[in-house]
Amino acid sequence: MNKKIAYSILLVALLVAPFGMYPVLLMKLLCFALFACAFNLLLGFTGLLSFGHAAFFGGAGYVAGYAIQTLGLSFEVSIVLGVVAAALIGLLMGLLAVRRQGIYFTMITLALAQMFYFVCLQAPITGGEDGLQGLPRGKLFGLLDLSNDLSMYYVVLALAVAGFALIVRTVHSPFGQVLKAIKENEPRAISLGYDVDKYKLLAFVLSAALAGLAGAVKTTALGLASLTDVEWTMSGLVILMTLVGGLGTISGPIVGAVLVIGLENRLGDIGEWLANTTSVEWFRTLGDSVSIVIGFIFVICVLLFRRGIVGEAVAWLAKKPIRKPS
Amino acid sequence: MEIFGIPLQALLSQLLLGLVNGSFYAMLSLGLAVIFGLLNVINFAHGALYMMGAFFAWMGLTYFGLGYWEMLLLGPLVVGLFGIIIERTMLRWLYKLDHLYGLLLTFGITLIVEGVFRSIYGVSGQPYSVPDALAGATDLGFMILPNYRAWVVFASLAVCLATWFVIEKTKLGAYLRAGTENPKLVEAFGINVPLMVTLTYGFGVALAGFAGVLAAPVIQVSPLMGSNLIIVVFAVVVIGGMGSIMGSIVTGLGLGVIEGLTRVFYPQASATVVFIVMAIVLLIRPAGLFGKEK
Repeated sequence: MNKKIAYSILLVALLVAPFGMYPVLLMKLLCFALFACAFNLLLGFTGLLSFGHAAFFGGAGYVAGYAIQTLGLSFEVSIVLGVVAAALIGLLMGLLAVRRQGIYFTMITLALAQMFYFVCLQAPITGGEDGLQGLPRGKLFGLLDLSNDLSMYYVVLALAVAGFALIVRTVHSPFGQVLKAIKENEPRAISLGYDVDKYKLLAFVLSAALAGLAGAVKTTALGLASLTDVEWTMSGLVILMTLVGGLGTISGPIVGAVLVIGLENRLGDIGEWLANTTSVEWFRTLGDSVSIVIGFIFVICVLLFRRGIVGEAVAWLAKKPIRKPS
Repeated sequence: MEIFGIPLQALLSQLLLGLVNGSFYAMLSLGLAVIFGLLNVINFAHGALYMMGAFFAWMGLTYFGLGYWEMLLLGPLVVGLFGIIIERTMLRWLYKLDHLYGLLLTFGITLIVEGVFRSIYGVSGQPYSVPDALAGATDLGFMILPNYRAWVVFASLAVCLATWFVIEKTKLGAYLRAGTENPKLVEAFGINVPLMVTLTYGFGVALAGFAGVLAAPVIQVSPLMGSNLIIVVFAVVVIGGMGSIMGSIVTGLGLGVIEGLTRVFYPQASATVVFIVMAIVLLIRPAGLFGKEK
């Protein structure tokens, strides 16, 4: 009950948010939140650490961008193409990666994503180092002009909410229960007769497709597809968002994505402020050293804070004694 | 003389370059395998520490006037010491947890180390010249052999084989292998396992540092040289499997040669060929060439 109220408040806040905040930043936040939730479906609910999710996010972005700019396809077709492309890349990567367990799975996804990065770097249609720039947004179903930030924002919001709802539905479905069983005890799931590899592959493809949705929408919203989105640092960033927010919690990745992207955007200002208050001049360069800060957050999270923000909050609420009304 | 329309000289020089790269793969994957065996941690920071080794060589010369040979000894020691600090202060707390936390921690350390070097030195490469004793080239009649490249292959092979000898043939190595199998039992025999773990991590990391110093004159010393390499080395580890020391060495060298040959015959694929080999190996032999089937 409380959860429903909380989600309703969040939804209302998101509906009115573009009147108080810059819509483009909000769209970016939504896309990364969806990306992190899609990633968490795999890590938090299936127990598979993929280090290759940038390939789906960035790959879908390239496909959607190419479709809308060069092929001149409409917005919705481009997004669908991006999602399909991500699902296909996910299928290929997943078929290879599920052949090995644990840490090898992670290394395989990382290696294949790096291979995809090199393909993107060399392929003629991706624009190489420049990427695809100045992408048009087109019209939704040929009617609604999306070049207006506000209408684009509501389309992005609808897609993100739909993606999020699909993830929640998956987690609570019988399929999600099997995934959880695989995460908790894989040999037992096998002994119960589940074809574990097939379940893992399906979860992988689903996660890839949703990550692709996030990537395709982000590309069209920002009008830019670049190599940064397929690089391994992007895969690392989405891991961090999930870790900061809370592994295996439904809303954790959203919190994590907002914090990490917000931090990335504001780091320069934070550095200025720190430099002014502590008069250590080095802080002024903080805006250029995002990776150092991200690295420190990683180390701190892993060492002290493994449950993440939402995970810690849930644990704290559970520990708090229930007060009886007097 | 030509083979498949490629001049023999060009073919052999690419082959040698492949062997040079292969020696780096071999040393790094060997270090990863030794660390994983005892600590159950995949050391993502390996690439960053390799980069550190190369930078120490350059810094030693630029700031302290220490030559190549001094740094070849000092570089790995300092990198190893740095690794020991990491193990003692951070990694230690993660052994009882899922493997993925070790990977994530070392990933974070990678970002910090790379970020620090990048904020000081930028992304452009720093030149480091070949030491005088190894400058120049030897004419072998059928090819011109650059002395330094030959030295890199020789030195890394020697270090790899020495490591293999220590682990497989000495008493110290026997403790190490026993610790890999069953650390509790080894501890019951009165061997200080935590110390062994620390020193193993230090040694594995020092190997990366050694490779870094060796690489400094061949590759431009830049903060990003490690992260590009480590992902290829992960693929090498997947191909070879981490169970066998000799397997790591052979796989590393072999893939270097394959990469070199690809650069001759189909240059566009030279960046991806190792990953393609990995995919093929996964399809045919999922456990890796030298891995044991479970």
